[in-house]
Amino acid sequence: MVKKMKKIYLILLLVPLYLAGCARRHTITMAGSTAFLPFAEQLAEDFMKKNPGVNINVQGGGSAVGIQSVLNGVAQIGMADLVTLPPEAKDLKKFVAAQDGICVVVHPSNKIENLTLEQIRAIYSGKINNWKEVGGIDKPITVVSREAGSGTRSSFEDLVFKGLKLRGDAIIEDSNGTVRETIINNPQAIGYISHGVVNEKVKALKVDGISPTCENIMAGKYKLVRPIYLLTARDSQTDVKLVLDYILGPEGQKTILEQGLLPAKICNIETVGR
Amino acid sequence: MKKITEVAVEKGLLLLALSAIFMLVLIAVFIFVEGTPLIFKTGLRNFILSAKWSPLEGQFGILSMILGSLLITGGSLVLGIPLGLACAIFLSEFVHNKIRAILKPVIELLAGIPSVVYGFIGVNVLVPLIREYLGGPGLSVLAGSIILGIMILPTIISISIDALQAVPRSYREGSLAMGATKWQTIHMVVLKAARSGIVASIILGMGRAIGETMAVIMVAGNAVKIPRSILDPCRTLTTNIALEMGFATGTHRQALFATGVVLFIIIMILNIIARYIIREQK
Repeated sequence: MVKKMKKIYLILLLVPLYLAGCARRHTITMAGSTAFLPFAEQLAEDFMKKNPGVNINVQGGGSAVGIQSVLNGVAQIGMADLVTLPPEAKDLKKFVAAQDGICVVVHPSNKIENLTLEQIRAIYSGKINNWKEVGGIDKPITVVSREAGSGTRSSFEDLVFKGLKLRGDAIIEDSNGTVRETIINNPQAIGYISHGVVNEKVKALKVDGISPTCENIMAGKYKLVRPIYLLTARDSQTDVKLVLDYILGPEGQKTILEQGLLPAKICNIETVGR
Repeated sequence: MKKITEVAVEKGLLLLALSAIFMLVLIAVFIFVEGTPLIFKTGLRNFILSAKWSPLEGQFGILSMILGSLLITGGSLVLGIPLGLACAIFLSEFVHNKIRAILKPVIELLAGIPSVVYGFIGVNVLVPLIREYLGGPGLSVLAGSIILGIMILPTIISISIDALQAVPRSYREGSLAMGATKWQTIHMVVLKAARSGIVASIILGMGRAIGETMAVIMVAGNAVKIPRSILDPCRTLTTNIALEMGFATGTHRQALFATGVVLFIIIMILNIIARYIIREQK
C-alpha cells in the first residue's frame, strides 16, 4: 500500500514537471472573444499538429480582455468580435479572421418570418411590446439581450440601435447558448445570437426580407454582420506571424467555414466599404 | 524531546489558523481597495440610490440590484420559513428517533446538490409553468424566490431541528403534566425555548440566499430594472458581478467590485446578527 502511494506521489510530482517542460517550448497565447473561442481551439489544434515545436494556448475572457491582454503582453494574439474596436486598439495590427452574422431568432412556433431593421429597433427599445404590432399573435414580446460588455451585444447595438437605449425590462443572458436556450423555452421571446450557434430548435428571422444564409452574408446583402478581428502587437515574433498566416490562409479559412463561421475574404471588402 | 514536538505542533497549528484569517483579510482588503474608489467617485448616493446602470456610459446605480437581492431573498424566506419550520417541528417532535436519523441526513443532502442543477430544473420546469399559468416572461422574481426557497430548506431544517432537540425534556414533560395538549406544548413551550436557534437558522438561510449566484442567473431574467411585480425579471447584486465580470475592464470592473463591497457589507451584517443571536441562546 505504502509502495503504491509512493508511486502515485511520484507521478503527481512528475506530471507537472513534464507539463512545465512542455510549456517552455514556444508558447503563443490567444485570448479574447468567446464567440470565436471554439474555432480558435480547433485552429490551434490543427496548427500544433503541423508544427509540433509551437504550443498555442487558447483562452476566452471576452473581446475587451483580448485587446487588454495583447496591450499588456499577456497574450500574443487577441480575438475581438466587435464592429467598432475601442480606441485602445488603434496601436495594434488588425486582421479580419472571419465574419459572423448576427441572427435575430424566435421560437419555431412563432408565425413571424421577417422583421424590418426598424421593427427590431422598436422592439429592443421598447416602442413595440406586442407581437400583433408586427403581424403576429396577441401576446407580449419577451425581449432577450446580452450583458453589458458582450461583443455580440456591442455589435448588435452598433448595427441596430443607432443611439437608442435597450429597454429596461429586457431579459439578460450571459452567453449565446443561454440566449438560445431561453428562446427554445419561450414561444414569445426574441433574441439575437451568432450565426454559428443557430440550430433547428430556433427560427432565424429574415431582416428587411433577407434571410441570414451564408450566401447572403458573404454577398453583403444581410445587414447584421460583424467582423472577427485578430489583433497583435506591432512587433510580433515570427511564430505569431506563422499562426496568423495559417488562420488567414486557405487551410485555416476552410476550417472556419466547415465549423460554421464565414471566411474573411468578402468581409475585408465589406469593412472597407462601410 | 516530547516538549519540542508539542511546541512545534502548536505553533504549526497557530500558523495554519492564522493563514485562514489572513485569507479573509486579504479578500476583504482586495475588494475594498478595488471597489471603494468608484463609490467615492460616483458618490455613495448616486451609487446606491440610483437605478441607472449602464456601465459603458459611466452610469453606475445599483438600486435595482439591491432591491432585486432583497426581494428575491425575502421571497425565498416567505417560502422557506413555513416549509422549513413545519418540517423541523415534524421531524423533531412527531417522528420516532430512528426515522429522524434517516430523514435528517436525506434533507441535508439537498444542500449538496450543486446550485447549477437547481437553476437548470428551474429553467426547464418552473419557468415555463410560471409563464403559462401566471403570465409574464417566466424568468422572474417569483422563479428566483421559489428556487432559493428550496435551496435554503436544508439550512433552516437542520439547524432548527438541533435547536428543538436541545430543549430539555423536562420542559415538555412539565407542560404536558399541566394538562397542555401536544400542540400547545410545542408552540407555547418548545418553540419559545428554541426561538434563538430557529432565528439563527433563518438568518443563515438568508445569508445563503443572498449570496447565491448561479441558480439566480438562470431563473431570474437579470433585467436591470426595478421590478413592478413578482412576475417581472430582476437582477441581484451577485448576478450583476457574475454576468459582467468576464467582459468588464476599467471603471466597469471597479463598479463590479463596488457591487461586491455592498454585498460584503450586507452579508457581514447578517453574519454578525446571527452570531449575536446564537450567543444570546447560550
